[in-house]
Amino acid sequence: MDFSNILPALPSMMDGLWLTLKLTVLSIIGGVVIGTLLALARLSKYKFLAMAAGFYVNYFRSIPLLLVITWFYFMVPFIIGWVTGTNRPVGALTSCLIAFMLFEAAYFCEIVRAGIQSISKGQINAAYALGLNYRQAMQLIVLPQAFRKMMPLLMQQSIILFQDTSLVYAVGLMDFLNTARSRGDIVGQPHEFLLFAGLIYFIISFGASSYVTYLKKRTTV
Amino acid sequence: MNYHWDWGVFFKPTGIGSEIYLDWFMTGLGWTIALALTSWIIALFIGTIIGVARTLPNKIIANLAAGYVALFRNVPLLIQLFIWYFMVPDYLPESLELWFKQDINPATSAFISTVICLGLFTAARVAEQIRTGIEALPQGQINAGLALGLRLPQLYKDVLLPQAFRIIIPPITSEFLNVFKNSSVASLIGLMELLAQTKQTAEFTANLFEAFTLATLIYFVLNMSLMLLMRKLEKRVQVPGLIALGGK
Repeated sequence: MDFSNILPALPSMMDGLWLTLKLTVLSIIGGVVIGTLLALARLSKYKFLAMAAGFYVNYFRSIPLLLVITWFYFMVPFIIGWVTGTNRPVGALTSCLIAFMLFEAAYFCEIVRAGIQSISKGQINAAYALGLNYRQAMQLIVLPQAFRKMMPLLMQQSIILFQDTSLVYAVGLMDFLNTARSRGDIVGQPHEFLLFAGLIYFIISFGASSYVTYLKKRTTV
Repeated sequence: MNYHWDWGVFFKPTGIGSEIYLDWFMTGLGWTIALALTSWIIALFIGTIIGVARTLPNKIIANLAAGYVALFRNVPLLIQLFIWYFMVPDYLPESLELWFKQDINPATSAFISTVICLGLFTAARVAEQIRTGIEALPQGQINAGLALGLRLPQLYKDVLLPQAFRIIIPPITSEFLNVFKNSSVASLIGLMELLAQTKQTAEFTANLFEAFTLATLIYFVLNMSLMLLMRKLEKRVQVPGLIALGGK
């Protein structure tokens, strides 16, 4: 084992790490937004809306992420072509981002739903009694409290998402893992670079999950 | 873009032997189930040992087990798979290395690597559930067991584990389903499981929508039926009045 070649390769690997982080953050934002809308739909009084959202969640939770990534990689260019009528190619990054957002939304939805359900009924009744409408009650009363409660779970899911972004290897996107692998192949030391990549993922994930544990301890009454 | 829809594509011959495309999907499903079940046995076995170790009074053993869980939970599955498949064989004793790289066929070596990888990866998650299950039991159970004169192994085998296993069936079900989904990473090291067969069909026939729809359907049905099966199991082994413990 000789780790001396890693230092010169660091700048290019930082580009990969940057892509990984970008993918993670954008997917979290998209996933939480779509997931929250789905959760509201699942708890809606309109039966059809609730059922459709329920099906969406069950559907995405029963298929592998890798299948979604691969499928979207092939499918998104077709769909964009049909919708816009043009033949413009979209990159792997766009299709991966859409795949991650839609897939993770199903998981975030369940977290948000549990969060909303943990808010006592009295809060909602009080909001309505004050004359707030549904949107105001959710936006000003329920969701702020729910999000505070479910922060640890949302972060836990985000850490899983961060690790799962390495699956974009399947469509050849140059994320951190893929960059490290190609750098390692160039200098003929694939093992060292693989271990190094594993170490960096470990440090980030472990650091983040330790913080979540600390957060949980601090917020439990 | 022109797309030629053809839902009959699965019954067309592949041109290889007398197979039709549906046969490929069935072969793939077979690999997926074999991968998942074998990995699950390893995961349950090692996960139980690690989970029990985390609750032992001996601090050194408990910390080692905690270290295992932290390590296997914080490194992405794909990196773990690459380590088992590309790296570990290079450090085996020479005879074993030659056997792995030359004597057995590529599908078998990919299968072995994936099973070890998925087994150990899932074991860390199973261990967490086992630990939670044991810790959810009232302290009185341990005290009563010790007061009866049981030794530590007896206490775990006869008192704690039978109850803990029943409590954790719901969370462990989702880990069980995850093994099936996670086994799709084997397609990235060339094992022709369900996802890889789907990709191959899509590439051979250019009917990618049909191929991926069928794959999704198979995963969906597999998932739902396993879930129902586990619910049945949960009802069957339920001890009246005990489940309330898990919710405390």
